[in-house]
Amino acid sequence: MSDFPFLVAMIAVPALGAAVVAALPKGRELLARQLSLGVSLVVLVLTVLAAVAFDTGGERFQLTTSVAWIPDFGVDFALGVDGIALVMLLLIGLLVPLVIGASWEDGAPGADGVPAAATEGRSMRFFFAWLLLLEAMMVGVFAATDVFLFYVFFEAMLVPMYFLIGRFGGPRRQYAAVKFFLYSLVGGLIMLAAVIGLYVVSASELGEGTFAFDALRDLEIDPGVQKLLFLGFFVAFAIKAPLVPLHTWLPDSAAEAPIGGAVLLVGVLDKVGTFGFLRYCLPLFPDASRYFAPLVLVLAVVGVLYAALLAMGQSDMKRLVAYTSISHFGFIALGIFAFTTEAATGAVLYMVNHGIATGLLFLVVGMLIARGGSRQIGDYGGVAAQAPKLAAVFLVAGLASLALPGTNSFVSEFLVLIGSFPERPVHTIVATLGIILAALYILLMYQRTMHGPARGVVAPAGGDEPPEAGPAGGAGATAVLTAPSATAVRFRDLSRREIAVVTPLVVLVIVLGVQPQLLLDIIEPAVVATLDDLGATR
Amino acid sequence: MIDAPDLSLAALAPLLFVFGAACVGVLVEAFAPREVRHPVQVAVALVGTGGGLAATLVYAATHEWGDGAGDVTAAGALAVDKAGLFLQATVAGLSVLAVLLFAERGLDPARSAFVASAAVPAGSPRDREQLTATRVQTEVYPLALFAVGGMMVFVTANDLLIMFVALEVLSLPLYLISGLARRRRLLSQEAAVKYFLLGAFASAFFLYGLALVYGATGSIRLGEIRQSVAEDGGDVLVVLGLALLIVGLLFKASVAPFHSWTPDVYQGAPTPVTAFMAACTKVAAFGAILRLLYVAFGTEEWTWRPLVYGVAIVSMVVGAVLGLTQTDLKRMLAYSSIAHAGFLLTGVLGLGADGEGSGLAATMFYLLTYGLTTLGAFAVLTLVRDGDGEAGHLAQWAGLASRSPLTAAVMALFLLALAGIPLTAGFTGKFAVFRAAVEQGAWPLVLVAVLASAVAAFFYLRVIVLMYFSPPAADGPTVGVPGVPTTVVLAVTASATLALGILPGAVLDLAEQAARFVG
Repeated sequence: MSDFPFLVAMIAVPALGAAVVAALPKGRELLARQLSLGVSLVVLVLTVLAAVAFDTGGERFQLTTSVAWIPDFGVDFALGVDGIALVMLLLIGLLVPLVIGASWEDGAPGADGVPAAATEGRSMRFFFAWLLLLEAMMVGVFAATDVFLFYVFFEAMLVPMYFLIGRFGGPRRQYAAVKFFLYSLVGGLIMLAAVIGLYVVSASELGEGTFAFDALRDLEIDPGVQKLLFLGFFVAFAIKAPLVPLHTWLPDSAAEAPIGGAVLLVGVLDKVGTFGFLRYCLPLFPDASRYFAPLVLVLAVVGVLYAALLAMGQSDMKRLVAYTSISHFGFIALGIFAFTTEAATGAVLYMVNHGIATGLLFLVVGMLIARGGSRQIGDYGGVAAQAPKLAAVFLVAGLASLALPGTNSFVSEFLVLIGSFPERPVHTIVATLGIILAALYILLMYQRTMHGPARGVVAPAGGDEPPEAGPAGGAGATAVLTAPSATAVRFRDLSRREIAVVTPLVVLVIVLGVQPQLLLDIIEPAVVATLDDLGATR
Repeated sequence: MIDAPDLSLAALAPLLFVFGAACVGVLVEAFAPREVRHPVQVAVALVGTGGGLAATLVYAATHEWGDGAGDVTAAGALAVDKAGLFLQATVAGLSVLAVLLFAERGLDPARSAFVASAAVPAGSPRDREQLTATRVQTEVYPLALFAVGGMMVFVTANDLLIMFVALEVLSLPLYLISGLARRRRLLSQEAAVKYFLLGAFASAFFLYGLALVYGATGSIRLGEIRQSVAEDGGDVLVVLGLALLIVGLLFKASVAPFHSWTPDVYQGAPTPVTAFMAACTKVAAFGAILRLLYVAFGTEEWTWRPLVYGVAIVSMVVGAVLGLTQTDLKRMLAYSSIAHAGFLLTGVLGLGADGEGSGLAATMFYLLTYGLTTLGAFAVLTLVRDGDGEAGHLAQWAGLASRSPLTAAVMALFLLALAGIPLTAGFTGKFAVFRAAVEQGAWPLVLVAVLASAVAAFFYLRVIVLMYFSPPAADGPTVGVPGVPTTVVLAVTASATLALGILPGAVLDLAEQAARFVG
């Protein structure tokens, strides 16, 4: 069973699925959706089976595959997962089908009479094809155990996301797509220089250059060189994660991306950054990691507070959620660079939980926007009276985001904070303020949109008084959604499809809130091994 | 009694093929009836270039290499070594594709990209007449063949004088065929004159450098120059001569600051010719640079290294930054070619102090990938047309993806490859040259290179943004249905761009094995 090349299959299945979906003839939109959903469910099953086959007490890297790829460069197509990568794969496997479900009616010539899919070149086939290709790349990024292969996926992953934002995004999608691509590319290219540098160092130490993670881990790199290489990797990951002050692309990208893209962008793609800290920065450059840790911690804590303050000032819901994520990434970075097992374990758990909670929040916000046609908080009010289920899910997502005890995020945030405190008390105390701010921005958004009298795009229950104006945000909807309605609408409650999409996440928010041990057992050995690498060459 | 010089016909077969076909082409031009001239010329050109490619490959496969890198033949004038053959094959292969682009008759309503009678003054009544006539002139084929032959001699020249002769043989036809555009003829003629004047200037530099080096070392043979320099050390004359020689070659390779002709000529020349120049001339020029620096001045590394280092930075920065401001696609690709010349120089610096190092293999691989990609990109440019010929302005490409998804997808692939995104050939090439440079400690240069790549990526991306994310312009261009020749070119270049990105192992291996100069 464990001999089955799960990881290869998890890359190949969505990649082939993407090709098939893209090759479908025009007009077979429904088939494209069904096929995509099917493919993503197959990947989910594979992921779960892989997790079952994974032995938490076993070797560090399991389910390994390795084939020589470019012998001249010493590159292997080497895959394998440790506990950290495995939980990220589980997150990907879970989120992609949900995202496909959530995007099911996007662009369909729907009730609102805007046959968005009919506009040529905007066919949703390609949306789903890019989504599946993105899934393949994301799996590759987390599963690669060869630094070159990791880099290839890291960069190639930009292309599908770029097209998802640029073709299917909101009104400023061109700007957002290019900004996203260039920020990531600059980081990636700097990392490329460091990857080559690492190779050359390995060539001079081992006689033959290699990119294999396991071999690179054992190198004794000169501290000065380590610092340079660390910075090369770090900048790329800090842009990806994103850490303040390299974060400015995320609010634009997340706000303009279609909801499905935004969920994966914030839920998974950005985790590549924090994953990279753990997998590459710490084990490969232990001395440099220790040297730069104070700086990173300051950036992390500043990020927690600064992004939280900015989040409170946002009038656009998607931007608000994006800023909350930046704030949360500060916590994750804090957990990683505190160099204690609890904190790092908490940080990894946080990566998963943040994907679940923020993914849910984005999905709900997307459902709200799909109804109201506006991204502005000020355009909503009193939704709860008309769509109680929507409001309830919104509340759950919000509470999970602000890490209320009983929800999943609480466990991870708590672990990060108590784990960091012994090492870095001041940073931890300051970061704790972020929790208070989180309560403010989430609850304010919830209260303004869900409660109070019907307002803006929400038609009052009586319905005889037409509202004064359209949405303040103008063409606020994501492009694949229905065009912004100039008039207020009665809010439908969640449809059965939408309930099916949010239910798994809501369940996970609760289950992982009370039973985090399920994941901690997988994560902890990998974290211990990672911190061992850090300490081994002390 | 004069001894016959030693000639290895097998080693010279590729050159004989190409030059023979060129001479046959001239005869065809003179004697074949007008109706059959075009197909015959195309056939002759394809046989010449294709035969040249086949002959290099056969020679490389059947020759008894032993431990050596190759032979010096033709009385010491030509070095038919492994690297020379690799470069010859690259030139010949790319020129097969370029000839196919020349042969395309389905796209222009007047059935050819070339003017029917170049001597007619532009804008005169007779010119307007010939604009719509479907008569074609076919002198472009033998001219191009002579250029190809010149390039193939250029990369194997073992002697500075032969190198100079080859430089002229490849340049003169190029000056001519740059001026043969059927549309926008004044622009084309201006390009030809500019290219000729500046090219002549650069040749003079080369010749002067040759004279100085000869004066200092007493020889024009690369190997003897090397010996002399190694024994006597480089005196002022050698350094000066070397600098002048390099300037002459850098001009041909369109490296900034010797690039000023590039945008104008790329824009004005008929697009198939631009494709030919961008791909083949680049290979030939860099082949000669590599041979000159590695063979003749390999021991004088420290005199040319700082120069190449600085020029590489200038070229990357100038190409990337000025590329940002371009609104014409051909000019944009011209600046892209300047930036890529800088990346190639990064690879050239990957020569180790002991003569080892992966620089040669990396640069040769990069030349192959860049040639294929840029040729493909220019081929796509020939497809997108409006009433006045090719629609080169960026704004006209808005929304191209909805008009012609396949064309846009292929163009996007080439652009991503030029930007160096993984899983395309461009990335593999870039990685190879950067690695070669870092191995020799040139990491600051590589840092500049990655930043320049990021800047350059912006203008490649801008085209993708326009094609995919912008609404189509109301009176946008039409996308021509390519005929068989262009389709073949696009299929070959696109699949090669993907294949060399995903599974480059075999070709990298070949470049690695071929990376040896004789002497």
